[in-house]
Amino acid sequence: MTSAVASELTADLRGFREVQQLSYACAEAVAAQLRPGVTEREAARMQREWLYERGVKDWFHRPFAWFGDRTAFVDFKIPLQFFPTDRRLEAGMPFILDMAPVYKGYTADIGYSGCLGLNPLHDKLLADLRAHRELILREVRERRSLREIYEDVDRLMVRQGYANRHRAYPFGVIAHKIDRVRERRFAPTLFGFGTQSLKGLLSDAVHGHRDGWSPLWSPYKFSDHPPTPGLWAVEPHLGFRGTGAKFEEILVVTDSRDPEQSAFWLDDDLPHVRRWNEGAV
Amino acid sequence: MAGAGLKGARERRVRTGGIELCVAELGDADRPTVLLVHGYPDSKEVWSEVAVRLAEEFHVVLYDVRGHGRSTAPAPLRGGFTLEKLTDDFLAVADAVSPDRPVHLVGHDWGSVQSWEFVTVPRTEGRIASFTSMSGPSLDHFGHWIKSRMTRPTPRRVGQLLGQGAKSWYVYMLHTPVLPELAWRGPLGKRWPKLLERMEKVPAGDYPTSSLPGDAATGAWLYRDNVRARLSRPRPDAFAHAPVQLITPTGDAFLSERLYDDLGAWVPELTRRTLPAKHWVPRTRPDQLALWIRDFVRTHEEPETRALRPVAEPEAKSGVRPEYAERFGGQLVLVTGAASGIGRATAFAFAEAGARVVAVDRDAEGAARTAEMARLIGAPDAWGEAVDVSDEQAMEKLAAKVADEYGIVDVLVNNAGIGLTGSFFETTSEEWKRVLDVNLWGVIHGSRIFGAQMVARGQGGHIVNTASAAAFQPSRALPAYSTSKAAVLMLSECLRAELADRSIGVSAICPGIVNTNITATARFAGVTDAAEEKRRQRKASRLYGLRNYPPEKVADAILGAVLHDRAVVPVTPEARGAHALSRLAPGALRALARWQPPA
Repeated sequence: MTSAVASELTADLRGFREVQQLSYACAEAVAAQLRPGVTEREAARMQREWLYERGVKDWFHRPFAWFGDRTAFVDFKIPLQFFPTDRRLEAGMPFILDMAPVYKGYTADIGYSGCLGLNPLHDKLLADLRAHRELILREVRERRSLREIYEDVDRLMVRQGYANRHRAYPFGVIAHKIDRVRERRFAPTLFGFGTQSLKGLLSDAVHGHRDGWSPLWSPYKFSDHPPTPGLWAVEPHLGFRGTGAKFEEILVVTDSRDPEQSAFWLDDDLPHVRRWNEGAV
Repeated sequence: MAGAGLKGARERRVRTGGIELCVAELGDADRPTVLLVHGYPDSKEVWSEVAVRLAEEFHVVLYDVRGHGRSTAPAPLRGGFTLEKLTDDFLAVADAVSPDRPVHLVGHDWGSVQSWEFVTVPRTEGRIASFTSMSGPSLDHFGHWIKSRMTRPTPRRVGQLLGQGAKSWYVYMLHTPVLPELAWRGPLGKRWPKLLERMEKVPAGDYPTSSLPGDAATGAWLYRDNVRARLSRPRPDAFAHAPVQLITPTGDAFLSERLYDDLGAWVPELTRRTLPAKHWVPRTRPDQLALWIRDFVRTHEEPETRALRPVAEPEAKSGVRPEYAERFGGQLVLVTGAASGIGRATAFAFAEAGARVVAVDRDAEGAARTAEMARLIGAPDAWGEAVDVSDEQAMEKLAAKVADEYGIVDVLVNNAGIGLTGSFFETTSEEWKRVLDVNLWGVIHGSRIFGAQMVARGQGGHIVNTASAAAFQPSRALPAYSTSKAAVLMLSECLRAELADRSIGVSAICPGIVNTNITATARFAGVTDAAEEKRRQRKASRLYGLRNYPPEKVADAILGAVLHDRAVVPVTPEARGAHALSRLAPGALRALARWQPPA
């Protein structure tokens, strides 16, 4: 979407914003229904059904749910461990809901961290995520290389005393590109990922490889380039001794020269941002 | 006649069942009552050190068990010491000193054996608010323990039976007629204080009291009246009706730790504690006991302030190991270099186990952050202190402040260290000085100043020094660093030898390549260009990041080293390998030392 016509971009962005709002609404609705004894599988199904009912037919990836120390990916060795298990929710346990639906051809990828009851440690983690959101935006606007930003986020986490848990994601990514997806009647998924979206990601990877950039924002050499215009689903994930917290939302990067316009969070009206603002008042 | 520690105690006599009990009281009578019951061969003075500490906050009551100290003995002796009669005594004392409120019971040795009877019989229900047991099992539970091991004798269970059977030699001796009395009133009674001092490390002083030979001779009937009867026919309904805190000394020569394995089935609300000490903990570890008793009483006196315990997730792979929580709960742990890396992870691991943590670092903000997070994960209290470990005066000041405000350190972790690489001839004398100042002198100051406090207190402790795999792996790239760490390793070994008879353990930890920011702050000898230094730091950091051995695992090794009192602990596989090679094939390590890492 380099140098796209402004109005078209806005219409597009509205589409992405809508699906992101829908996803967060789903997360909040499902989180409100979580009770002790609910399993991860059940929570994932609740998200799926909630979104199906509202017209979602395809996924970037199907909903995930992590409970307890699985929010910090303790002892995750193989990617299959990301899939929902029969772990039951208990009072005081943190949880994360992560979903990436495709709605009217637009994709969102969101992560919602919550906790069943009071957990001061979890509150602390959530509050500390704010600095990461600010850091990422600031450095993207400065057009630093993605790898450098990744390392700066990493350092901030270490200073805060946390472990970088997005490192556990495939390719250790802190973010990945998302894009429009053509809606088809038949939308199969492969290991939880929508084939249409995977196709888009793959074609980006091929193109990017030629031009020296990657749709995956990782700590590796292939991310050693300035932010490429487009939509990035950014997901810093903190872990601290069996408690994990993340947010995931869309960062818009454009090729505008105006720093304000060169990068911005697609939407500031999200649960975690509202929470920080309420806390600050 | 009474021990010096009980000076100022109010004394009264309580009559019950034809005898008179000597009861002593300390502290404000309006406060919750803590009742201390002594063991065999002892009198209430065994508690003197613990009692004065508890009296600051509670109404402390002690009494001489019938036939001991200044309580009178039943006549005839045979049949006068059954647990039923001892329960009568307890109820009489409790009614006299705290008629309206239940009491918090604390028992050691036979005092604990009796108290187990008190908390498991129905007629005392509502009279006991909590029970802290040390070194004395319930005879009923013991009976069931033996039975279950006899009926299903797996090799392990037979081993447990034989182990405890060997430790109980004195019980068999006490069942012989007359001879024990003769021994106690004769040579054994005379030599007992010296024996206690030598074998049990009980500090000399006004304990044991002069009534000992008589107490010990009469007290033999405690065994004769109860042991055979209860062990052969244990009560099937010996369930505790009050919360129990079990304090197990791990070096007890008379009781196996395994005795308490099945206790969860008898006690609905059980808190376990372990203490690296021998049998006479009321004499050798009064501070720790007073602290645990105080916390336990407070918890059950004001249930609303009861700390919310994180519920262990049944399927969780993370979380604190119970043996760490049992051992380190409430202890004071000081960690240097606690603003990052291994130090921070160690502070967190101790915090998670319930220890109070002092996080020391040059970086004040980082130390404060460590303390803040430590409180969030379970430390009852945590403080951040900004001190440079190489600064002797600052360390002295810190030690004075810690002793003054937080208490004597139970576990000291000398972890602060800096990295320096580069060939010997490129390393300037300033760089040498800086490395030795932090890595070696920091450890010396810490061990000397805090170690002296531990020795002066005389109640044990542990010192952990972070050495390195570089302490036994020579390298042309790390001459200064390796030298400093080798010195730390040898210092730890020497100190371990010196402090062994003070019950202070010393461990050296040799981590290996661990993903911490030591690389990001390391100096590169011979590199003067800041950009080049930055580049090398990044490169080293990336390499360590690729290895990605988490500091949490080193922290776990440190807690394990303290728990098991290990001397030298190599942590990462490469450190273990190097440690093994340094003994089996030092030539291989020397060959490896010649390798020049690329710049």
